[in-house]
Amino acid sequence: MIDIRGSAALDRYRPRWTEALPLIAMAGGYVVFSNYLVFAASVMVMAIFALSLDLIIGFAGVLTLGHAVFYGLGAYGSGLMALAGLKDPIVNSVCAALLAAGVGFAAGPLLLRLRGIRLIMVTLGLAAIVFEAANKADWLTGGHDGLQNIEFSAVLGRFDWSLDGSTAYVYVACWLALAVIGMRIVISSSFGMALQGVRENEARMLVLGAPVQAQLTLAFVISAGLAGLAGALATETNAFVSLDALSIDLSIYALAMLALGGIGRLYGALVGAVVYMSVQYFTQELNPAYWMFAIGALLIAVVRFGRGGLLGSLDALWMRLQAPGAAR
Amino acid sequence: MQPFLSGVAFVGLYGLSYGILLFIISIGLVITMGLMRVMNLAHGAFAAIGGYATIALMKSAGLPYGLALACAVVGVAALAVLLERAVFAYLYSASDLDQVLMTLGVNFVVIAFLTLVFGPNLYPAALPPSLRGSVDLGFRSFETYRLFLTTIGFAVAALVYFGFERTSFGARLRAAVDNRTMAQAIGIDTGRLFSISFAIGAGLAALGGGVGMGLMPLEPFYPLKYLVLVLIVVSLSGTGDVRSALGAALFVGLVDTAGRFLLPEVGGFLIYALLIGLIVWRRDGLFVPRTAR
Repeated sequence: MIDIRGSAALDRYRPRWTEALPLIAMAGGYVVFSNYLVFAASVMVMAIFALSLDLIIGFAGVLTLGHAVFYGLGAYGSGLMALAGLKDPIVNSVCAALLAAGVGFAAGPLLLRLRGIRLIMVTLGLAAIVFEAANKADWLTGGHDGLQNIEFSAVLGRFDWSLDGSTAYVYVACWLALAVIGMRIVISSSFGMALQGVRENEARMLVLGAPVQAQLTLAFVISAGLAGLAGALATETNAFVSLDALSIDLSIYALAMLALGGIGRLYGALVGAVVYMSVQYFTQELNPAYWMFAIGALLIAVVRFGRGGLLGSLDALWMRLQAPGAAR
Repeated sequence: MQPFLSGVAFVGLYGLSYGILLFIISIGLVITMGLMRVMNLAHGAFAAIGGYATIALMKSAGLPYGLALACAVVGVAALAVLLERAVFAYLYSASDLDQVLMTLGVNFVVIAFLTLVFGPNLYPAALPPSLRGSVDLGFRSFETYRLFLTTIGFAVAALVYFGFERTSFGARLRAAVDNRTMAQAIGIDTGRLFSISFAIGAGLAALGGGVGMGLMPLEPFYPLKYLVLVLIVVSLSGTGDVRSALGAALFVGLVDTAGRFLLPEVGGFLIYALLIGLIVWRRDGLFVPRTAR
């Protein structure tokens, strides 16, 4: 008989001390990077977006390249609500996330019938259509100029949006902490295990009687909602929305961040967003083509050599240090 | 009646020339997808490099258009052989996700390279004077350039069809597309077959980039800009065979042109919606009989 004790999938999930590190880093970042709080808030927004991609691509194995549609829905949703007079950021964020999740629920059953190149093509194509439609519908989206001078009321009625970004930082950090903890719960649940089962072997999960299509749809809805939340937070912290929020490039950059940090490991989204955006931020005086070149080379390198991104490489290093000689 | 007929003639001529260009660019990807199941999202990069190289050779080396085009095609095919060994060969056994990440990476490297060398803006097409103006087709006049494009396109399609259906290389290729394991078992070297067809496909894409520069303007983001269009053709043509690829490419060309002609405001993206709906509805391709589920 095979000894299955100690197999991670069968154990009840117990948090490890390392998992508190991101939360500590978020709190510490407020003190250490006090001159870069606005930038740090935008990094955390991208981390939430990358997290939503990790759920659907990394854990469920559904390869979509059109997730910016949900990010853009959230961004425009929250912005339009504010322009219509509903200015509470928390209410708007929740509504925007629900809007994106709703659209995900409508689109999921259609998209999730597809696999491989067709799914990639259809998600890319839909994203292109939505972008074009938003560009044309300038009465609603402001077209090329986007939505500008959006005002939000103070967070919880007490904390005004300060110029130094301190409110934005704490506000987004709280959402990110919630998102990380929520994701941890989702992927450790039996539902999360089933998703990973589908990723590894869909046919087997079907034979086992798992409601694969329903599980994938649920994952898609959660992921869409999280992406919508990220978009809403971007609008609230920047006070404007541009068409970039809907662009295919955004989906691709977020995927690059995720790949850099490590796909399918939850914290890879955080590490990837921080490293990617920091390097981009501090090299922005250079020709953007160098940066493009670096992303490309990096993607190739991650697939070719560093399986699992930065976190995966750290894991491998750690295992080698722990058991010298037994290294793979 | 008269405006209707001239409309049909317009859509037919412009749609065919557009569709056949799509065929030249996409056929390589259709075959490599069918053969090795590699999702090469960087296929458009070969077309971009081909187009840029053609213009650069004409401008800097002063080569005539035809010669520059030939050099670009051969150069890109050679580059494809190198890339296949260095990058793509690794992807044959990789997951879909790895294939997407790596080929997107190749796209970015090519885009960055084109931006650094040729600048971030549109790279103006440099077609020879003999291709300017228009010719009289009897029932209406038509741009010389489009006529040239269509002629080249159908000649290439005929050649590819002949190579695929009537030569022993084509027979081995078809066998490998249908059942790779079986083809290997009877002694077909599928690896070498793939290298060759990959190079030919890349060369054809380069040809498409070079002859199509008047229709699909060259810019650094070319590989991503036309990615959706190429993928639509690949998805609609189903399993890699030349006839369905030709049918799918012409269909996309005609539908896209008709959409832009009939509904100038929204045709540009409504048509995409229609094509995408078609892909969702007919998952196995346009010309494949629907299988019972």
